[in-house]
Amino acid sequence: MPLYYDDDQTMLAETANQFMAEEGSIKNQLRHWRDRNCKDGFGHALWKQFGEMGFTGMLVGEDDGGLGMGQVEANIVLEEIGRNLTPSPFLSSSVLAATALKHGSNDVKGRWLPDLISGDKVYAVAIDEGPKHRPETIACNAEKSGNGFRLSGKKDFVVYGASSEMIVVAARTSGSDSDDDGVTLFAVPQDAAGMSHDSVRLVDSSMASHITFDGVELDGDSVIGEVDGGREVLNAMLMAGRVGSAAEGVGVARGAMDMTVDYLRQRKQFGKVIGEFQALQHRAAHLYSEVEIARAVTIKAAQLVDGASEKADLMASVAKAKVAKVAGLAVREGVQMHGGIGMTDEYDIGLYMKRDRALQEFLGDQYYHAGRVAELSGY
Amino acid sequence: MSDSDLEAFRAETREWLEANCPPEMREPVRDEGDVYWGGRNASFKSDAQKAWFEACRDKGYTVPEWPKAYGGAGLTPPEGKILRQEMARINARPPLSSFGIWMLGPALLHFGTEGQKQKFLNEIARGEIRWCQGYSEPGSGSDLVSMQTFGEDKGDHWVVNGQKIWTSYADEADWIFCLVRTDKENKYQGITFMLFDMENEGVSTKPIKLISGNSPFCETFMDDVTVPKSYGEDIPGYVGEINRGWDVAKYLLGHEREMISATGGGDRASSLGAVTSRAGLLDPVLRAEMAMFDVDALSFTAMSEKFMDELKARKGHPAQPNMLKYAGTELNKRRHELLMAAGGSAALEWESEESNGGKTARSWLRTKANSIEGGTSEVMLNVISKRILDLPGA
Repeated sequence: MPLYYDDDQTMLAETANQFMAEEGSIKNQLRHWRDRNCKDGFGHALWKQFGEMGFTGMLVGEDDGGLGMGQVEANIVLEEIGRNLTPSPFLSSSVLAATALKHGSNDVKGRWLPDLISGDKVYAVAIDEGPKHRPETIACNAEKSGNGFRLSGKKDFVVYGASSEMIVVAARTSGSDSDDDGVTLFAVPQDAAGMSHDSVRLVDSSMASHITFDGVELDGDSVIGEVDGGREVLNAMLMAGRVGSAAEGVGVARGAMDMTVDYLRQRKQFGKVIGEFQALQHRAAHLYSEVEIARAVTIKAAQLVDGASEKADLMASVAKAKVAKVAGLAVREGVQMHGGIGMTDEYDIGLYMKRDRALQEFLGDQYYHAGRVAELSGY
Repeated sequence: MSDSDLEAFRAETREWLEANCPPEMREPVRDEGDVYWGGRNASFKSDAQKAWFEACRDKGYTVPEWPKAYGGAGLTPPEGKILRQEMARINARPPLSSFGIWMLGPALLHFGTEGQKQKFLNEIARGEIRWCQGYSEPGSGSDLVSMQTFGEDKGDHWVVNGQKIWTSYADEADWIFCLVRTDKENKYQGITFMLFDMENEGVSTKPIKLISGNSPFCETFMDDVTVPKSYGEDIPGYVGEINRGWDVAKYLLGHEREMISATGGGDRASSLGAVTSRAGLLDPVLRAEMAMFDVDALSFTAMSEKFMDELKARKGHPAQPNMLKYAGTELNKRRHELLMAAGGSAALEWESEESNGGKTARSWLRTKANSIEGGTSEVMLNVISKRILDLPGA
């Protein structure tokens, strides 16, 4: 498969570009909700529009009422989300939770998928335990209890957790904390007794929960996939989520770079447009090169995920690490080259810096993923 | 062409390679002797090298995507990609390397007359003539267009005087494609892209010893060299038009940048850390740097693939090769710094048999030229600024 969009994908990119630039713009969404101190951190009306556009259920199979599209298509939407810093549960709900639910029984799918597809409800995922992403270790415990399970423990960085009707929780049902086996995924409804949220605002104005499960009773129907065999589903979720957040990061990097290059063409100092200075030109050109490379590897990783290639896992980590490095460079260069106004809240470039920081951390930063690349490569 | 046709082509190709590529030709290239350059004075290092070259030549696989009439196999771009993938899969060596394939060929395919294509492309494809490139001069490096080598018009021929530098393997080449000033009044439209035999009277070469201890480049001197304007019917002694050689040169520089970014760059699917010895990984900070390098190198491999795909489909920005050249060469320099660090004192050995004649150290030094030859990194960044980012006054 060539590493560029086919006609359908090009059309989707145009549609998503226009939609996000208009409806999902920084002014209409991010600033709007942030300035109202919104407890959700995103707009439900926009999420409903995501549903009308067909974005919400794009990864869900056609047999289950979705569009049956792939990672490449989801990434197209995510890149536009990144470019416009559009706050939405798309990554958590439509990529991560949807990927988990694909592995669920028909009952599980029937209960949760229709509202996900319509955009009526939002779902979250609870993976991390502690401030760094280490999904190799799952300590949150679900012990057998009657016909079901009893869930106890803590989860962190559950993005939009407090606004979600259901949370996909990775828990341990047997073995010790670092075992591959013995992990089970549960669909935990928001109103489950014994679950409490400490919902906090993050640097990028998004909301994330610290969740405590205090003996939450779950029936057997809440299991997604196999009991003790959840690692495989978790890995599929992580892969989709990592490649997806890489695509969003590419969008953030491109948005920040475009804004900065525009600024270089306009700002005058010493009687010249500052874009005439070679010191700045070379930095901008270097940034351009890096952004192009990050974008290429993200498209490659998405194609490998869609092709169920054995290299997909490695390349997902390569893409996540590369994009984290490059988007970081883009926002740092962006703020520096904007000079003083780059430090003001009025200018958008600082918003890119904040979003990038949260996105880098989500599902593993460059250090985690570079380490993973080394391990997967056998050193 | 349908997917099933392509899959059939893949199966055929796999079978053909299996039957024709000797096992010795599936070993990594160890030194210069393993590369077959062709030419009048060429000799084969082994029977396997000869057999592999001849099989490819007869099949048109020395230049698979050139038309059959010019010695190629006439493969479509998707077929060409499959052949490359299948060759890479078994680590098959290139059967023939040459500046004719990489540079003059593309220029002739684009600017050449039918007569030139028939003659020169077939000679290149069959490995009969080895070409070298005469571009840079001692006073004209990054500012190539300031070049002074002059051809005085004598009616049916020119008399050329001047000096070229950094002519790769000029001492072993049969013919040269050479930029010669033919109008001193006109900077850009006063250069002609000439073709002539290195055996012509007045041509002499002198190898330049580099910091690597090797001498892949020469100085080439032209002292009253006669260059005919024609080598026969429809075979001009220059490419494109007289005084418009700069157009050809610019086109070719694009190709050279692609080539350098594809071969000299970090375009390797294998991980650096994975091929490093255990001793080289003892230091956790070095291991971490290798991991970061592998992230960049694997990402760049995807970029190269995307670039090639877009090139075949005529998508993508025309100045994109400058970006690949810049990123690929900088990456390759980093790769060799890490190889030296991982190799430790063993990598410092310059002549010993164990070190294969100081291969690690010599290669490390060689890579420093990557970001100088074919346009420096700084020039690449200038071009990206101007042509892609549209920044003023670059």
